Amino acid sequence: MNAVSARQRGRAALLIAPLVIFLGVFFLWPLWLMVDVSIRNDAIGGAFPRTAELIGSWDGEAMPDAEIQAALVEDLRETPQSTLGAAVRTLNSQVSGFRTLMGRTANAARDLEDGQTLDLVEVDDRWAEPRFWQAIQTSVAPYTDRNLLAALDLERSDTGEIERMAASASANRLIIWRTFAIAGSVTVLCALIGLPYAMLAASVTGWKRNALLLAVLLPLWTSLLVRTAAWFILLQNEGIINKTLIGLGWIDGPLPLIFNRLGVVIAMTHVLLPFMVLPIFSVVSAIPKNLMPAAASLGARPLRAFWRVLLPLSMPGLLAGSLLVFMVAIGYYITPALVGGPNDQMISSVIAFYALQTANWGMAGALGILLLAVTTVLYLVYGRLSRGGAPTGA
Amino acid sequence: MTAFIELRGVSKTFGQVTVVEGLNLEVRKGEFLSLLGPSGSGKTTILMMLAGFEGATSGDILLDGEKIDHLPPYRRGMGVVFQNYALFPHMSVAENVAFPLEMRGVPKSETRPRVKAALDRVQLGHLADRRPDQLSGGQQQRVALTRALVYEPKVILMDEPLGALDKKLREEMQLEIRELHRRLGLTIIFVTHDQSEALTMSDRIAIFDAGKIAQIGTAGEVYDHPHNRFVAEFIGETNLLDGVVKGPAAVELTNGATIVAPDHGYAAGSRVSVSIRPERLRLDGNGDNRLQATISDVVYQGDHLRLHLDAGALSLVARLERGAAERRTGESVTVSFAAADCSVFAA
Repeated sequence: MNAVSARQRGRAALLIAPLVIFLGVFFLWPLWLMVDVSIRNDAIGGAFPRTAELIGSWDGEAMPDAEIQAALVEDLRETPQSTLGAAVRTLNSQVSGFRTLMGRTANAARDLEDGQTLDLVEVDDRWAEPRFWQAIQTSVAPYTDRNLLAALDLERSDTGEIERMAASASANRLIIWRTFAIAGSVTVLCALIGLPYAMLAASVTGWKRNALLLAVLLPLWTSLLVRTAAWFILLQNEGIINKTLIGLGWIDGPLPLIFNRLGVVIAMTHVLLPFMVLPIFSVVSAIPKNLMPAAASLGARPLRAFWRVLLPLSMPGLLAGSLLVFMVAIGYYITPALVGGPNDQMISSVIAFYALQTANWGMAGALGILLLAVTTVLYLVYGRLSRGGAPTGA
Repeated sequence: MTAFIELRGVSKTFGQVTVVEGLNLEVRKGEFLSLLGPSGSGKTTILMMLAGFEGATSGDILLDGEKIDHLPPYRRGMGVVFQNYALFPHMSVAENVAFPLEMRGVPKSETRPRVKAALDRVQLGHLADRRPDQLSGGQQQRVALTRALVYEPKVILMDEPLGALDKKLREEMQLEIRELHRRLGLTIIFVTHDQSEALTMSDRIAIFDAGKIAQIGTAGEVYDHPHNRFVAEFIGETNLLDGVVKGPAAVELTNGATIVAPDHGYAAGSRVSVSIRPERLRLDGNGDNRLQATISDVVYQGDHLRLHLDAGALSLVARLERGAAERRTGESVTVSFAAADCSVFAA
């Protein structure tokens, strides 16, 4: 009996093994890499291995003792130029002046003959200032929250407290709010269009229902790039919409529909509409058909019956659809890139910028984590709502 | 009889299909009228036209002497009890019952005691805060009924309201609805396909066949004196004896016997069916008509016995009360029945 169930369990495990491997390799591992790259800090620790080992014991007040100084000199002698260069650049971005300081000290260290010790203050008197040593001390830690904080325009002060960056230093907050604003307006628009559409689709039967649903599903089966490119063509100054309006004599010059917020919102609303329509449709079509006649027979005018009966019962679908649209919208990249202007780029394009153009994988990872965190929270809310279940009739 | 609800020549067609055809029907104030018929006979469509959910293709519907065809459902003031109750799942029992009052702009201070009184009347006061899905079928049924009654509508329309309940509960609810009908003097139109339900509850029963009224009358009239074969077969069980008219009150049956039937008005030579209910057949020799028969089977039914009889070319079913003399299969008997218990109609 036990042997049989163990064998069955083994076979079941074997059956899901491809899935587990797939999820591990293509989902969990990249996810972990992203988290890791955003908090790992081995550029400096790797360049100064001996210093990193010893500087932890330093009290941060006066100049570190000779042993630590000797370790730094040893590191400067031994670490290859390329590794050292990257580490120094990072240090310089935290405390300016490190580049010249390190360059001079490294030259002196290389010229040093075996057995001699180097007096660092003699090479450059800035070594007497604790802030340079402090920068090294904090930077050699294997993990850092610098990128995560920077993703929210925060940084640690010299004393280690979290504070806001100078307004000119970064624009991440602005872009996060912009992302939420665009995703929010797309969600509201999708709800305004999707709710009546889904209700209409749920109220008809046969080929009409199929046609309405197909109209929603067809775009969903089309490549996102194709749909966005289509809007790119439609919205242009010389595009069909402007040509038609001008041709009708309704407007004199072309409306600015592309490379601005309006274009992004229009295109994203179209692309994301299925995610609103389908959850609402599934909830509304499960509402018993006799509730609206019942409300009418009890004296409710159509609008009041809608307000008191149909809308409250559709709410779970509307909420689920809104969360779904919002979650997908905050990660949008292609559509804002193609039909948006420079002020319509969303958080994904900042991630792309860090990853592709500055090779700052740490920042890209940190922003990715931020996006992941927001999406996860929304997903949990969505799970709660959908577990609550669609209301069913009596 | 003054009609409270009147249908004049009402027809309803869906595309090519005629569901109701030239219907004339009058309902008195305070009457309990059942619309009885097999599914697809148009009875629910009539109810939907009365409630205003369907428009009549032709004809007029009058309430209290006034045409109501043009009124939308929410202006007709008819309480409708639906097949599956149609309670609002997102509202509590009390909110469901308060809904029609709320729609009529009844102030909250007045609504609360009325809802409470209405729920107490059906012994549901303690469940006022529950959601409908937390109630049993019978309780949901009572809530639906209370919701339809709370604003004192002129007419209550019920569309097979007891169909989803089990037998025992259904019988309880039948009596409860009949009691409410008597106590509140309601006018009720009740759609059902269950003949015993219709017989139990109704003042009159309208039996529908393919969109037309096959017969309308009290339970006694439709049961004892069916006007046609459809009614005779639909209501209860019956013996249909085919024959040919021999005189104003005489019919020669296919087995050669001639029986006396009530004056039926069919010309001599017409082919007719004579309907006689199983419990009207007697084996004690009393009655205007006698047929010689052999018992082919005796079926024990608890409170009564069913006897299957062969009378030449005819087979009959008789229902005998317990306590009558023992009967055995194969026994020869004389079956007798009164002329007044026969109904005659065209075959």
